[in-house]
Amino acid sequence: MRILLMGNPNVGKSALFSRITGTRAVVSNYAGTTVGFTKGSMKLGNEEIEVIDVPGTYSLEPTSKAEEVAAKMLQEGDVVINVVDATNLERNLYLTLELLEKGLPMIVALNLWDDTKHRGITIDAAKLESLLGVPVVPTVAVSGQGIKELVEHISEARSVKPAPRTKEERWAAVGGIITEAQTLAHRHHTWLERLQDASLKPRTGIPIAILALVASFFAVRGVGEGIIQYISDPIFHNLWQPVMMRLSDALGGAGFWHDVLVGRLIDGSINFSQSMGVLTTGLYIEFGVVLPYILIFYLVLGIMEDIGYLPRLAVLLDSIMHRLGMHGYAIIPSMLGMGCAVPALMATRILESKRERFIAATLICIAIPCAASQAMIFGLVGAKGWQYVTIVFAVHFIVWIVMGLILNRTVKGFSPELLIEIPPYRLPSPRGVLSKLWLRVWSFLKEALPIVLGAIFVVSVLYSLGVFDAIANFTAPLVSGIFGLPKEAVVAIIVGFMRKDIAIGMLAPLSLTAGQLVVGSVVLTMFFPCVAAFVMFAKELGFKRLLAALGIMIIATIVVGGLLNLIL
Amino acid sequence: MSDKKKISICELRQGQSARVVEILGGRGVAERLNAMGVRPGKDITKVSSAPMKGPVTVSVDRCQIAIGYGMAQKVTVEVI
Repeated sequence: MRILLMGNPNVGKSALFSRITGTRAVVSNYAGTTVGFTKGSMKLGNEEIEVIDVPGTYSLEPTSKAEEVAAKMLQEGDVVINVVDATNLERNLYLTLELLEKGLPMIVALNLWDDTKHRGITIDAAKLESLLGVPVVPTVAVSGQGIKELVEHISEARSVKPAPRTKEERWAAVGGIITEAQTLAHRHHTWLERLQDASLKPRTGIPIAILALVASFFAVRGVGEGIIQYISDPIFHNLWQPVMMRLSDALGGAGFWHDVLVGRLIDGSINFSQSMGVLTTGLYIEFGVVLPYILIFYLVLGIMEDIGYLPRLAVLLDSIMHRLGMHGYAIIPSMLGMGCAVPALMATRILESKRERFIAATLICIAIPCAASQAMIFGLVGAKGWQYVTIVFAVHFIVWIVMGLILNRTVKGFSPELLIEIPPYRLPSPRGVLSKLWLRVWSFLKEALPIVLGAIFVVSVLYSLGVFDAIANFTAPLVSGIFGLPKEAVVAIIVGFMRKDIAIGMLAPLSLTAGQLVVGSVVLTMFFPCVAAFVMFAKELGFKRLLAALGIMIIATIVVGGLLNLIL
Repeated sequence: MSDKKKISICELRQGQSARVVEILGGRGVAERLNAMGVRPGKDITKVSSAPMKGPVTVSVDRCQIAIGYGMAQKVTVEVI
């Protein structure tokens, strides 16, 4: 048996899904958090049941890729749990009636039930049940209230199958149900509601947006640096270093396996940023440098998501984003891209047109350095002075704008207008925030670590075979001539196909000037997506578009890298 | 009759309420707005409009919807 969780966007389907299956799913307070579908399973009696968290949709006539997924999934389900936002019953019931007309056995979860009271909404659930003809269970997915009852009632799911209605008839039917089952009382505005209006109105909203973004940036930088300085560096230098030195001795201080595992000794000891061994530099870059930033970045992003801030940012930035060929909602995948391009590329599904998705995806790969790259830029370039880090970020920002302007003029197709629901602000629950953080950090480690270790292994092997010398000589005209980098930097560029963080780390032993480091980090982050992003781009947008994006990226990198080299 | 003048939601003042009369333009636009609860006969209140012809945000049934400027121009209302 297969159960589908269906409903409007942002009604808590993913939270409910996590509750009934025990599978973790990313939950946020904005429409379009779930863009693919997540599968899980639950036990009902003795039967193992498949549960699918379907992306939210307002109606069964799909208008975006995510909604298309939803409509298609409907043909493959046996039972539907229609998740309904109790605070917004009227609009939610439209989809409910559409679903009923499809004739699948159904049960309604009246979610966000706890929110109805302070909003002055009273819903007669029993009445609603008799009007709809299917079981209705009030739930609070975030806290778990009503979940047990919901599961108990799944076996009572019924197929009503009323005659198909026209749109007008359906709305009229919704109106009839609302009048009988719901009463609204007047109530006063809460401070949260005042804040939510203030962050939407331009006069107050723009200062709030600037404040929120600047504060987030400094929080990420400050806390990330703090974790490195006080936690990860001491662990590596005081605890891991002696272990590695022992291993180095055991391996005889040199040789193939020594170079692969420990790396080269620098002045007789291990240098975590330069030795380039799998167990030294490999682990240090991922756990010592990148992980601290990943942790704090996703914590800050998670809090902003759960409060419900991002859609407001999308509204404020919409007119600027239109000039770059996208609408405001593209700010959500773009911000996810500051964490990792892989989920960001997937999140471009919330954009309706192919053109818009292509532009957003290309810009994410070209001009938005991921958290891993940023961590390395902070560490490596920051050591030369923060003004250089500022230059790197400013260059990326300018590239993002200029490339957006160019793509908007050259890419065929249309970019539709923004049409989104602005969710009410909600106070994030610590449990929810932490569980999402864990989910994202875990998937980062799971996906990144094998590639990181693999990349370092491959590099060690190629080094020992002397392949890089040949490549370095061959590419010297480009690397040295245009970018002004030593020819050995080509190794970093090659590693950049696999992992950007390791690639930037490989600039460390080259004793570059500050200017060269700036050029190097910009070139590495821009010129090509890492292998994980490469695969995701091809999967999401197709191979032809990937090739187009790659062409754009390579040309842009040569132009920008060359110009920077001339200026710096 | 002057207070029943038909205007687009772009022309509403912040905080002003109005009733949706019709949604001009293609079927796609009307369809999407309709599914989100913005449809003829509904009462809406303008919450804000973003700068430089940015989206117009209205509240309808205690729920806020942001509508891109071009689309917003097609939502005709009469002030109530």
